[in-house]
Amino acid sequence: MEVLNTFFVAPFLDMGSDLIFLTEVIIGGMMAGIMYSLVALGFVLIYKASGVFNYAQGAMVLFAALTLVGLMERHVPLVLAIILTMGVMIGLAFLIERYMLRKLVNQAQIILFMAAIGLNFVFEGAGQIAWGSNVKKLDVGIPDKSFEFGGILLNSFDLFAACTAAILVAILALFFQKTPTGRALRAVADDHQAALAVGIPLNTIWVIVWSVAGFVALVAGIMWGGKAGVQFSLVLIALKALPVLILGGFESVPGAIIGGLLIGIFEKISEVYWGPAFGGAIEGWFAYMAALIFLMFRPQGLFGEKIIERV
Amino acid sequence: MTQERQFGNTILNVENVSLSFGGVKALDSVSFDVLEGEVRAIIGPNGAGKSSMLNCINGFYKPTECTIAFKGESHHQMETHQAASMGIARTFQNIALFKGMTTLDNVMTGRNLKMKKNFLWQSLYFGPAVKEELEHREAAERVIDFLEIESIRKTVVGRLPYGLQKRVELARALAAEPEMLLLDEPMAGMNHEEKEDMCRYILDVNEQFSTTIVLIEHDMSVVMDISDRVVVLDYGEKIADGTPDEVRANQRVVDAYLGVKHD
Repeated sequence: MEVLNTFFVAPFLDMGSDLIFLTEVIIGGMMAGIMYSLVALGFVLIYKASGVFNYAQGAMVLFAALTLVGLMERHVPLVLAIILTMGVMIGLAFLIERYMLRKLVNQAQIILFMAAIGLNFVFEGAGQIAWGSNVKKLDVGIPDKSFEFGGILLNSFDLFAACTAAILVAILALFFQKTPTGRALRAVADDHQAALAVGIPLNTIWVIVWSVAGFVALVAGIMWGGKAGVQFSLVLIALKALPVLILGGFESVPGAIIGGLLIGIFEKISEVYWGPAFGGAIEGWFAYMAALIFLMFRPQGLFGEKIIERV
Repeated sequence: MTQERQFGNTILNVENVSLSFGGVKALDSVSFDVLEGEVRAIIGPNGAGKSSMLNCINGFYKPTECTIAFKGESHHQMETHQAASMGIARTFQNIALFKGMTTLDNVMTGRNLKMKKNFLWQSLYFGPAVKEELEHREAAERVIDFLEIESIRKTVVGRLPYGLQKRVELARALAAEPEMLLLDEPMAGMNHEEKEDMCRYILDVNEQFSTTIVLIEHDMSVVMDISDRVVVLDYGEKIADGTPDEVRANQRVVDAYLGVKHD
């Protein structure tokens, strides 16, 4: 009985007793979640367009943030630094296409995955060789203040991040669904051979996708870097994107967002209300457990495309 | 074909195509030509190299040595993108459609190469790009009407029955308004009615758009009915080339299909 009470009754009673606090926890979770979504977006884009599970996305976030900070330390104005960093990310997209993807057309997914792991180390190493491995402060002028709104405590930086993510997603969703380029991207993701046959230039498409993923990495890098400082541990947030992807579905842009929000909320709620029962610090692994359980019921994710195989 | 049909110049000329996979020779200096506006069939027993031949023509395989001349332009090897933009479209033996996309989207990808507005306009989906998209949408709808697949326009193709998927694939190829259409077993796995429909569509395409057609088919009665000239391959070599009647009478063809008696 004691156990039942601590795990299944007490947490819910706690939730009900202070609704304002619960709202704050949920909002806090959503804010953290939207940051996960930003990273998950990068994964989804590349997965949609090349079927590669881009393990290097986290390293790309770190690399973009490091480049930006490095440029700013050399007194390059913010806007110019962002443009230059984007240029670097596009340049890298060209290199990745030329020296990695082009050699691996039509290879099995696992091969591409291994290549992505390799790429991850290249990014990590290159970033640190070029810009050093110290923790750096990134200040892009977004105010980081807390304020009260209707009795609920909010943070301006978090709100800014949430709006940025929302806009980014809206643009990407339109791009994928409505434009001919978006259609070509979906076509490449679906079937390389067929895409080649209708004359879609695979190489160009890949450069576009990796550039867009680089752009998303840069945005995520600015947000995460601004909040937590630019440091090596940014790479690890990529791992947090995994449960988000499992929840949202690997092919779905909206899925990455909703998945991120859900994971963020789950995490915070579990930490606050169930944490004490486990002795605290369950935030780190709870998301993975939730994703595992979810996987049993809906392996394609909330929004994943369920492709029916004819037997 | 009872009435005498008139054809134009040579549209495709392949010379000495050789292709090997490891030690296996898939094609051994095969040469043939295709005239503008004709229906040309490639037949042969399993593993004769028919599909490999098509793959060389549109650039999926790079033959070791050969010249492929399309519309008078000679190439040592084709590139897929180049072949598509020169007006060669194709379908596959084991349907290569975008299974997660709708019929309409699949057909629209066939028009991708025709879209002239650059990528930036397209991604902004603004101004001229919208107008262009609408024009292409109209063209795609015409193809859809032509092949009578209006009712499945918005259906995700992975859910369609096999026969319809084959038709959608043909629609996607036609949407590119090709000058030459390569069909790899367009009737494989179909029942009698579906085959008749497909034959009708192929002949209609050939007649109405004067599209040159190169097809691979196993059903001999179909081949003999709809094609103007036939190439026969066996073990990667060309063993016969001519009108259906000539090919049918050829002893080597009979041997290849029925086997040779060894005393």
